[in-house]
Amino acid sequence: MDDQLVIAGRRFNSRLFVGTARYPNHRVLLDALEACGAEVVTVAIRRVNLAEREHSILEVLGGRYFILPNTAGCYTAREAVLTAKLAREALGTSWVKLEVIGDDETLYPDSAQLLEAAKQLVDEGFIVLPYCSDDPVLCAKLEKVGCEAVMPLGAPIGSGMGILNPYNIRIIKKNAGVPVIVDAGVGTASDVAVAMELGCDGVLVNTAIAQAKNPVAMAKAIRMAVEAGRLAYLAGRIPRRLYAEPSSPMEGRIGAADT
Amino acid sequence: MSELGVVKVNGRDMACAGKTVSEVLESVGVNPAQHGVAVAVNGEIVSRNEWGLIRLKAGDVVEVVTAVAGG
Repeated sequence: MDDQLVIAGRRFNSRLFVGTARYPNHRVLLDALEACGAEVVTVAIRRVNLAEREHSILEVLGGRYFILPNTAGCYTAREAVLTAKLAREALGTSWVKLEVIGDDETLYPDSAQLLEAAKQLVDEGFIVLPYCSDDPVLCAKLEKVGCEAVMPLGAPIGSGMGILNPYNIRIIKKNAGVPVIVDAGVGTASDVAVAMELGCDGVLVNTAIAQAKNPVAMAKAIRMAVEAGRLAYLAGRIPRRLYAEPSSPMEGRIGAADT
Repeated sequence: MSELGVVKVNGRDMACAGKTVSEVLESVGVNPAQHGVAVAVNGEIVSRNEWGLIRLKAGDVVEVVTAVAGG
């Protein structure tokens, strides 16, 4: 079955995007990436440590993955645009997961700055995948300025609370003409399945895998949840109803009056 | 000029005005040929092929970045 994720004309074999942060060590990171089958992995852009040499994450990943740089840690459109340009220069990719954070405690995006940064980067030829709030109006605006996907949050980054507003995610998906990737908030496999069952085109997971007691096992569970959720979405679920509907036939029960 | 003017490199003051970007990278232990490094001077990207040409001025603010683990 040809059911590949396509973003900006590029086909991906996995609908799972995975962040590379917060793993116990590089070995576990690599094993988890292997177990989850992800093709797209995210990295951040930071100052080179002048005090000591560190192992580059690029060396660790060894060219096996599609590297998607983010602009995490940026609080203004100006910072995010410069960070995206640095990422393009450093990594030779014009793809960027655009983040413009508005608040330290919730890590909620600053929607006005995000939209401004998205506009500028699209004009500069970037393929922009914005991490955004689960706001259908904002998602429509991001698509209108030329973003190639939208990445609404399920819940605050790292919170593990799952898909807090499935109705919004459904509306976003229904209106979107670009892929919808749920980014942030996933806590475990069932959250991923919910996102996929809502019709989302993919999910991005980091903390739920990296900080699980057994990250490699969780990576595998999440891979299966992406597949199960996607398949269930395509299969078409039954409608919800308030009252029961017997699954066994009512006809021919013993003791019934002969009609 | 007896003393070199001060340039800020990743937030650190360095007496390296007049040197090229490549020379400064080498002096902080970054191999200019290394993949995955990018440089901005005063908020503008300096592409790799200019690293050997651009000379820093006193007061310049230089950012040298690379990819790290991220979500």
